[in-house]
Amino acid sequence: MNIDLTQVDAIVARVGTDANLTIPVLQEVQEAFRYIPLEAIERIAATTDMTESQLYGVATFYAQFRLAPVGEQIIKVCHGTACHVGGAEGLTESLETRLGIRNGENTPDMKYTLEAVACVGCCSLAPVVMVGERTFGSLDRRKAAAIVDELEERKDAK
Amino acid sequence: MTAQTQIIIGMSTCNIAAGAQDVLHLIENRVAADGLDARVSVMGCLGMCYCEPQVKVIDPDGTAHVYTRVTPRRMERILADHVAGGQPRQPWIANFREGAEHDLMDKQQRIVLGNCGHVNPDDINDYIAREGYQALEKVLAQNDPEALIEEVQNSGLRGRGGAGFSTGLKWRFARNNRGDKNYVICNADEGDPGAFMDRTTLESDPHLVLEGMAIGAFAVGADEAYIYCRAEYPMAIARLERAIAQAEERGYLGQGILGTDFSFRVHVKEGAGAFVCGEETALIASIEGQRGMPRSRPPFPAEAGLFGKPTTINNVETWSNIPWIVRNGAAAFGALGTEKSKGTKVFALAGKIKHGGLVEVPMGITLHEIIHEIGGGTNSGRPVKAVQLGGPSGGCIPAHMFDLRIDYDEVTRTGAIMGSGGMVVMDDTTCMVDVARYFLNFTQLESCGKCTFCRVGTTRMLEILTRICEGEGVPEDIERLEHLAHQVKHTSLCGLGQSAPNPVLTTLRYFRDEYEEHIFAKHCRSGKCRNLCSYEITDNCTGCLICKKDCPVNCIEGARKQKHVIDQDACIRCGVCRDVCKFDAVIVK
Ligand SMILES: Cc1cc2nc3c(=O)[nH]c(=O)nc-3n(C[C@H](O)[C@H](O)[C@H](O)COP(=O)(O)O)c2cc1C
Ligand code: FES
Repeated sequence: MNIDLTQVDAIVARVGTDANLTIPVLQEVQEAFRYIPLEAIERIAATTDMTESQLYGVATFYAQFRLAPVGEQIIKVCHGTACHVGGAEGLTESLETRLGIRNGENTPDMKYTLEAVACVGCCSLAPVVMVGERTFGSLDRRKAAAIVDELEERKDAK
Repeated sequence: MTAQTQIIIGMSTCNIAAGAQDVLHLIENRVAADGLDARVSVMGCLGMCYCEPQVKVIDPDGTAHVYTRVTPRRMERILADHVAGGQPRQPWIANFREGAEHDLMDKQQRIVLGNCGHVNPDDINDYIAREGYQALEKVLAQNDPEALIEEVQNSGLRGRGGAGFSTGLKWRFARNNRGDKNYVICNADEGDPGAFMDRTTLESDPHLVLEGMAIGAFAVGADEAYIYCRAEYPMAIARLERAIAQAEERGYLGQGILGTDFSFRVHVKEGAGAFVCGEETALIASIEGQRGMPRSRPPFPAEAGLFGKPTTINNVETWSNIPWIVRNGAAAFGALGTEKSKGTKVFALAGKIKHGGLVEVPMGITLHEIIHEIGGGTNSGRPVKAVQLGGPSGGCIPAHMFDLRIDYDEVTRTGAIMGSGGMVVMDDTTCMVDVARYFLNFTQLESCGKCTFCRVGTTRMLEILTRICEGEGVPEDIERLEHLAHQVKHTSLCGLGQSAPNPVLTTLRYFRDEYEEHIFAKHCRSGKCRNLCSYEITDNCTGCLICKKDCPVNCIEGARKQKHVIDQDACIRCGVCRDVCKFDAVIVK
């Protein structure tokens, strides 16, 4: 895939070239491209003190980084302890059925990605699902699937 | 200043998740449109997350009323009746007044959370008005780091991040090792799933953490700091950054603080999602831009830490205790708690609990008091089975041991750990073997892979636990698990591996019968392990149709007012029918 390397250069110019800046640089790259293209890693290595192996090592170590494209909206089902006890598995199952994909996959139209995460810090509302900045709490199977209906409606309204 | 009504809305992650944003919009629009004589501001979390969003209305005479579960519609009524009409809407007001009655607050003692819900986290003036930065002024005026460290040591404060090491001793060690450049770090990684103490503190009272860090930096001779905050907490990060800018502007941080030659700069570093980065040496590697792999100690961070320099690392809550100790003295702090665990501890109550949220209690309080008297017991109305303390490094304490007193050593004796303060309550629908499997799955995924037993041992343990939960357990499995658990514990470099077996060992210790039932009787009494149970409807059924409607696979038959029947072949044993039944008519067989 061809990506706009000038964007990568701009990020490096903004964040810096020090070897200890791998995480902030990769975070900004992911922010810009929504994942980390391998071309971006090569470009950063060529223009900074960071090496390809260091960047790739960091990108694969931390859960936040993705090396493949994701859907427009990431539906994050919390599987922290409180949410697990509160039935998070059921929410994932229900969303899998609703979206027709398995946990961790993208829908074929690349609209949604279904992801399991650990604790988003709203345990008192368990079980919880996050989409973007929005948190949906006190869910059950039915309400979880209804989130997708709501997201679809919003899209139609746009 | 003429007294004005104040409307203060809770804007923390938990409040917003409960719908506070819409309420805030409504307040702002109405106050402007109706020309209400009221000042609108925001606060953090009061700790009662179970009844958010919350709005505090302070009458011109100073009386405060906390409204709970506020929706935009309720807010309209509150504005019309109370703010404009002077008639508080009593039924929606939490049945406690600040500083008065009510059990929820009675048993609490707030040192760390003292300002939560009382200050606008984005306004340094609020913090200053509540004795903020006075402790920093005091230590700079006294200009005696040795005496300060002595004071912190005498207070008996122990690290709140999990290990419980003496904070004063840690500082002394760092001071004795100090070189030309020294760092302090605030550990705000809060990786334990089910814990949100640090998030709430940072979101509700960021200046408290900064003041504690500045005092610590002065004590150990550091001039630069990093706050390592997990990326899942964007609001905490934003509020910290604002607080740092305000404190620099006022001269509480930055160059030449308060006219002295003490300088202190604070950076916020965003984590990238790795549990092991909460471990101090891994955290340091992460700030340096490396994979977050722990390394062996010594050298301790106090000798060679961040960029090889002496580094003092403490948890958010530990730092937050410091200003209070400096203001009130070591003796006052030491008067709280037990012989070896002083002060208070913040706990995040979650799981099957009625009053979920944050509580801050003096050490020495019993689990019963926290869970039943403050927490109100289960939200399901079912009996409490156990409480999980300390996250993936901790363990499950059964309900019959709830007279246990909160104290580092007492908790450790049970096989659990005090941990950072996550407390997940479980009722009889929770399977303890499944809980052990859950945590092993977590630690196995989060193991950095450096130590063989942590990497492979946890995987083997997870395989055994999964097999037991799926009904394929064999008689030797319990012994194998115990054997592996001890090996993983004793051959891992860092706390992750050393403590990963704790959830298995504690459940084996207190709930061994459940393991045996899974293996020998092929039965899961809580109805969680699908291959090992079936759901049945008893004569209690009134034929209300609710379970039939909610069943995700439509496997419940029955007409209105007739006893329903589950088609066992189609049933996926998800337990929804039991959860929704109001007549206890669904049982696990
Ligand atoms: C796997 C692992 C995860 C940890 N996670 C955290 C954490 O999220 N927050 C924290 O404050 N300490 C955590 N710790 C403890 C730190 O290593 C360290 O002890 C602590 O930050 C010291 O601060 P304190 O003395 O104020 O507790 C973790 C330790 C281990 C082994
Ligand atoms: S466990 Fe899901 S938000 Fe904490």
